[in-house]
Amino acid sequence: MNALTNVVRQRLSRTEDKAIAQGDGINASPINEEMTEEQQVNERAYLEVSNTSIEFPTKQGPFKALDDVNLKILKGEFISLIGHSGCGKSTVLNIIAGLLQATEGGVILEGREVNEPGPDRAVVFQNHSLFPWLTVYQNVELAVKQVFKGKKSKAEMVEWIEHNLELVHMSHALHKRPSEISGGMKQRVGIARALAMQPKVLLMDEPFGALDALTRAHLQDSLMEIQKETQNTVVMITHDVDEAVLLSDRIVMMTNGPAATIGEILEVELARPRNRVELADDSQYNHYRAEVLKFLYERQRKPDESAAS
Amino acid sequence: MKIISFLETTGFTWSVPMVKLASGDNPREQLQELFSVLGLPLIAMVVFLVMWSGVATQVNTSLGQLPGPAQVWQQATTLYDEHVAEGEKEAAFYQRQEVRNAKKLEKNPDATVKIRAYTGKPTYFDQILTSLLTVFTGFFMATIIAIPIGVACGLSDRLYGAVSPLIQVFKPISPLAWLPIVTMVVSAVYVSDDPMFEKAFITSAITVMLCSLWPTLINTAVGVTSIDRDLMNVGRVIKLHWTAQVFKVALPAALPMIFTGLRISLGIGWMVLIAAEMLAQNPGLGKFVWDEFQNGSSDSLGRIMVAVLTIGIIGFILDWMMVTLQKMFSHDPNVSIR
Repeated sequence: MNALTNVVRQRLSRTEDKAIAQGDGINASPINEEMTEEQQVNERAYLEVSNTSIEFPTKQGPFKALDDVNLKILKGEFISLIGHSGCGKSTVLNIIAGLLQATEGGVILEGREVNEPGPDRAVVFQNHSLFPWLTVYQNVELAVKQVFKGKKSKAEMVEWIEHNLELVHMSHALHKRPSEISGGMKQRVGIARALAMQPKVLLMDEPFGALDALTRAHLQDSLMEIQKETQNTVVMITHDVDEAVLLSDRIVMMTNGPAATIGEILEVELARPRNRVELADDSQYNHYRAEVLKFLYERQRKPDESAAS
Repeated sequence: MKIISFLETTGFTWSVPMVKLASGDNPREQLQELFSVLGLPLIAMVVFLVMWSGVATQVNTSLGQLPGPAQVWQQATTLYDEHVAEGEKEAAFYQRQEVRNAKKLEKNPDATVKIRAYTGKPTYFDQILTSLLTVFTGFFMATIIAIPIGVACGLSDRLYGAVSPLIQVFKPISPLAWLPIVTMVVSAVYVSDDPMFEKAFITSAITVMLCSLWPTLINTAVGVTSIDRDLMNVGRVIKLHWTAQVFKVALPAALPMIFTGLRISLGIGWMVLIAAEMLAQNPGLGKFVWDEFQNGSSDSLGRIMVAVLTIGIIGFILDWMMVTLQKMFSHDPNVSIR
């Protein structure tokens, strides 16, 4: 335990250095610089990705996808990961989920290292990933039965499943199969299934990426509503700048791969509840938006695009 | 509407317009539909029959003229009559036996009565039943071997890599090549004083199994391999035990592909069976064809043609059964299965 505390302490100070180095008008670090080191450890992150690198073996030798990623997330925080496609956003998420193993470094959740998948880090996949042979209810039920085996009675489980489906407004289609409902509805069920696992961290891999703009806006509103109620810790991958600014407490911007890492972290200090229509005219909102766009299109322009121009 | 969706899954699409017509749906449109789904195939069939009878008169074999549709139909009815007559004979035999035994017991209540089984020659319909029993036995054995191996291969790339060359080598082997080996092995291994099955039956069933193993195996393996990774990841996130991962995720997800494999397997099995029966002398349609060929009477060609058509029709029914199952287990109702 002592060793772990030491490690955490070291890593904390490293991130702090980085934050100061980055400081160009952006509040990059959530840690108060005036805190003593001891206090910082006590206030340490709920979820921490520390010094994480990953290499994939290829025929041309190892390919380094991520290089030294450091990220601390507080309890109840909503984090977005944004970056160009292929920059390793999904890889970060998969490492947190435990679906991929980091080559170096690792993930610490509530002070314990996690290196295998588990329901405490529920994942909402991009393509809903509902089992097509099960109904909406059964899809959630499968997860609930597995996660709360011996912890909840049958009646409690039924109530819990229905509660979660109610939360995403899917109570009307409990006994429909995924092929009978729309893409947006499927994703709602996917979210309900993840929420029903009562995760410590909710991981979302471009949850609305495959949906049309109107459905997406609708689901974003739903997600904010749910978030207000459940106060989950969320890590969401997105490539939609508006989505990131609207939903997040902090936006983590990633550099281009290979050997991608965190470029900047933008703190979004907009009051909640946020309303997309009101925010459209908000100067602060537009400022945040511009910051992200600048990062993505000026500083981290896609290599092939810059070569073409 | 329920009737219609039922008819569509079971493959009776041609009767859908009739149902709609009966329920008073736009008659003109439905009649057109009826013509295209029912009328056109009927016309094709008539054209075929006319051409057949035309060509048949031109061909003379050592067993006489090649039979046309009319002669074949006549043979079919003869075969049916023979079956009925044989059935009557059998019933009469058992009745006589019963009467005889009853008399015997009347005279001497302690007398031992023998009940002998009827040993008349199997009729055409008995042969069909034997064939069906054999093909299903072989198919069933193939299924219970192929699906587990297929799932294992699908889950493990290494195992698939290891087994793949074997599969590729064994897959194209003709049933005729297997048969001598199977026959020898069965007669060496299956030694019993009171055999439950005939050796010929086992030989044919095993040959069917050996040939219908591969499509199911390969399709299962491919089906399991091509499961959306995220579905498997869902299983990993909720920490399903590996058995649950197989039975609750991998198998159901691969089920449509498995059924495609099963359908091909059953089709191959049915084809293989006829060849195997011819050579193994297992009572069945194949043997019937062979016996008629050896028999060489003027009726033989007609009877063989009846058998050929029967084989075709049964093959069609088996396939239809599998398609129906396939549709029932398909996850996506919009996929068209042919």
